[in-house]
Amino acid sequence: MPGSNFIISREDWSLHRKGEMDRQRHREKVREAIKKNLADIVSEESIIMHDGRKIVKVPIRSLHEYHFRFDFGKQKHAGQGQGDSKQGDVIYSDPQQGQGKNKGAGEEPGVDYYEADITVDEIAEMIFEDLGLPNLEQKKKPEMASESLEFKDVRKKGISSNIDRKRTIMEAVKRSAVKGDTEPLVITPEDLRFKTWEITYKYESNAVVLAMMDTSGSMGPFEKYIARSFFFWMVRFLRTKYNNVHIVFLAHHTDAKETTEEEFFTKGASGGTRCSSVYKLALEVIEKRYSPSDYNIYAFHFSDGDNLASDNENCVQAINALLQVCNMVGYGEIEGPYYYTSTLRTAFKRVQNHKFTCVTIKDKSGVYPALKKFFAQPPGQASK
Amino acid sequence: MNPKEETRLLEQALGEITARAKEYGLDFYDMYFEICPADIIYTFGAYGMPTRFSHWTFGKSYHKMKTQYDYNLGRIYEMVINSNPCYAFLLEGNTLIQNKLVMAHVLGHCDFFKNNAYFKNTSRDMVESMAVAAERFRNYGFKYGHPRVESFIDAVIAIQEHVEPRVRVKKKKYKDQHQKNNCRAAIPETPYDDLWLLDEKPEYDCDNCQQSKRFPEEPEKDLMLFMIQHSKELEDWQRDIMSVVRHEMLYFWPQMETKIMNEGWATYWHLRIMREIELDEAEALEFAKMHSGIIQTSRARLNPYHLGLKIFEDIEKRWDNPSQEERERLGRPGGEGRDKIFEVRAEENDISFLRNYLTKELIDELDLYLFKKTGYDWKISDKEWEKVRDGIVSSLTNCGYPFVLVQDGDFNKRGELYLKHNYEGTELDVNYLEKTLPHVYTLWGRPSHLETVLDNKPVLFSYNGEKVSKKFL
Repeated sequence: MPGSNFIISREDWSLHRKGEMDRQRHREKVREAIKKNLADIVSEESIIMHDGRKIVKVPIRSLHEYHFRFDFGKQKHAGQGQGDSKQGDVIYSDPQQGQGKNKGAGEEPGVDYYEADITVDEIAEMIFEDLGLPNLEQKKKPEMASESLEFKDVRKKGISSNIDRKRTIMEAVKRSAVKGDTEPLVITPEDLRFKTWEITYKYESNAVVLAMMDTSGSMGPFEKYIARSFFFWMVRFLRTKYNNVHIVFLAHHTDAKETTEEEFFTKGASGGTRCSSVYKLALEVIEKRYSPSDYNIYAFHFSDGDNLASDNENCVQAINALLQVCNMVGYGEIEGPYYYTSTLRTAFKRVQNHKFTCVTIKDKSGVYPALKKFFAQPPGQASK
Repeated sequence: MNPKEETRLLEQALGEITARAKEYGLDFYDMYFEICPADIIYTFGAYGMPTRFSHWTFGKSYHKMKTQYDYNLGRIYEMVINSNPCYAFLLEGNTLIQNKLVMAHVLGHCDFFKNNAYFKNTSRDMVESMAVAAERFRNYGFKYGHPRVESFIDAVIAIQEHVEPRVRVKKKKYKDQHQKNNCRAAIPETPYDDLWLLDEKPEYDCDNCQQSKRFPEEPEKDLMLFMIQHSKELEDWQRDIMSVVRHEMLYFWPQMETKIMNEGWATYWHLRIMREIELDEAEALEFAKMHSGIIQTSRARLNPYHLGLKIFEDIEKRWDNPSQEERERLGRPGGEGRDKIFEVRAEENDISFLRNYLTKELIDELDLYLFKKTGYDWKISDKEWEKVRDGIVSSLTNCGYPFVLVQDGDFNKRGELYLKHNYEGTELDVNYLEKTLPHVYTLWGRPSHLETVLDNKPVLFSYNGEKVSKKFL
């Protein structure tokens, strides 16, 4: 008679990897999607302002499973109260723009967004994949090699202050599992694992970024955010290539001065613009503190291009002077909402040097192309 | 407790549970229970079936479910498959009492699979056929390239819910039309009828039928089948993939359209069976905790376990103790509660179940309502019982998917595909629509259109291989 028989069984499922494999494939697709959206992600606020958290949430748009479906927001849905519901009761509220951004999923039905948890380093790696450091020059001074110790290896013998506790416990668990022990865990001498170091030689190399920005009245929070995103990635990128990356913030309107990072991105000043002032300050800083024979120098200046016309000639001269001492000099012009013909960019057309790059950025998504343009050539290859 | 001892206790419990279930009249297949680790149960949950083909979308839902489990936000205790013998998977690490409840619950599902009319035509050896198909898909990957197969499956699953689950229903209207016109097309009743016509010239002579150059003749709901039969773009392996996905959808469809009943039925029976089983105090407490977790209600959605359970219990009560009016007018003698619920579980699906048995009293008692979005807030819009019932029923229509028909397979006489959404008051998600049309194009190989309604105006979305365009008709 059917239904009278039953079996209860346990199989070995350890080789069943399908779910994990498809999960892996999904993860790959997420990464592909992130790569396609790098232009948007590069200036994502949660990354630029990420205050040291390792993992950030990145909104991914292209990983939906599209099909014909109803507009969730225009549908009526059914729910169940505790017996006292009335017409007009609010069930829940959607987060409004700018607040409650990181609400847990699953609270509201049907909101089909996909957020990938990803470390800033992973994103950085993807961004930097296409970037190169052009114009690397052999510094006159021989590079200093320094010894450094790194804990890289695990061994069975070592000094007791270097016991790797996690691995030791794992060994003990493994051993007792193999034996089928149900007794409380005992750690035997064979279980002990020690961390061991290796000596590595590091080549000291230094770089300095001269972050220059126009803080005259016409540079608003948006313009500053763009500059901030750019410098964020620029510094991170240089850190992958150099041991030590200094960054110097130079702000200017008609006069230039060195500021803290905080002031640089937040404080505004009013008045006109004289860009040559900041170039001159940069030259001074280089002369006093960062000898080109010791440092790789990267200078980048952001402005809206609205420079005092009589100053343009000085600027071109100053840029040429900077090019003598810097690995690269860049000028980024942020096009604001107002229409005007930039005087500075036109003037810079006369600067003919492969170390000089001029970019314009219109909106947030322009940061990534600007980075790509600035760090375009593969290392060692001179530009045309 | 070691696994052997645990299995012995489970077998003992299962024997008792099975005996009780049979006393109650439940009728199920032979049972095959398998105890699996969490990641395996979650894999099965994500794929719907242990042996299904491999695709990143399953990896995505596996990841979602597994993450919830890892963070202790949700837990699947079991997974049961409509097959003969019936396969059920228990989560390793369930306590004995949890497993008892789960086994009783599973017997309810199996009885439902075996006896509900909508499952009559489902294949009971899908575990095997899915495994075979998965293997074929894998080989297509090696032969035609994995990225190619993957992106083809992407396109297929974008339209997979557009099938016609009522395959048994004949298209009577079309036939009648021909009969009225005395057309040959109407005559064959069996495949051999044309033997009688060997000497006669076929006469497709009715004007109506000759004029009817519509293709398809009648709007076709089964977009998947239509593609398989008529797309000029597809290669054999692609047709095979489409037809496998379609069959799997047809296999899952009855489960989607009886979710409330099926869960309600299983919950009803685990409750009854567990009451009969000896439990000590701690077990009784644990059982109560788990059961109340299962029937936990939510302000923002319906819980099928709870709703289904309440309706079955209400039917039983009303047929056991009919009111004076019901006794006189409907001739209900009373005491028929059990028989009635067995009849309901055999004959209804969620839509008819709610339409027939979700009464005013029940809606008030359960405090059901409809809500919708106003500004940033989701507010209760309807409490009136008929509106609530009809609102729920309409959200279940076509398993909640928009009803789309193939209107014309030779639109503009250029072989273009014209789909029409049967608009019934709810607009489509335009963003999704614009992203889905390119998938349709991939399968059809020619420009593809979808007519729907936005702001009460008919509108046609088209994709020509390069971009989506929209025009009001």
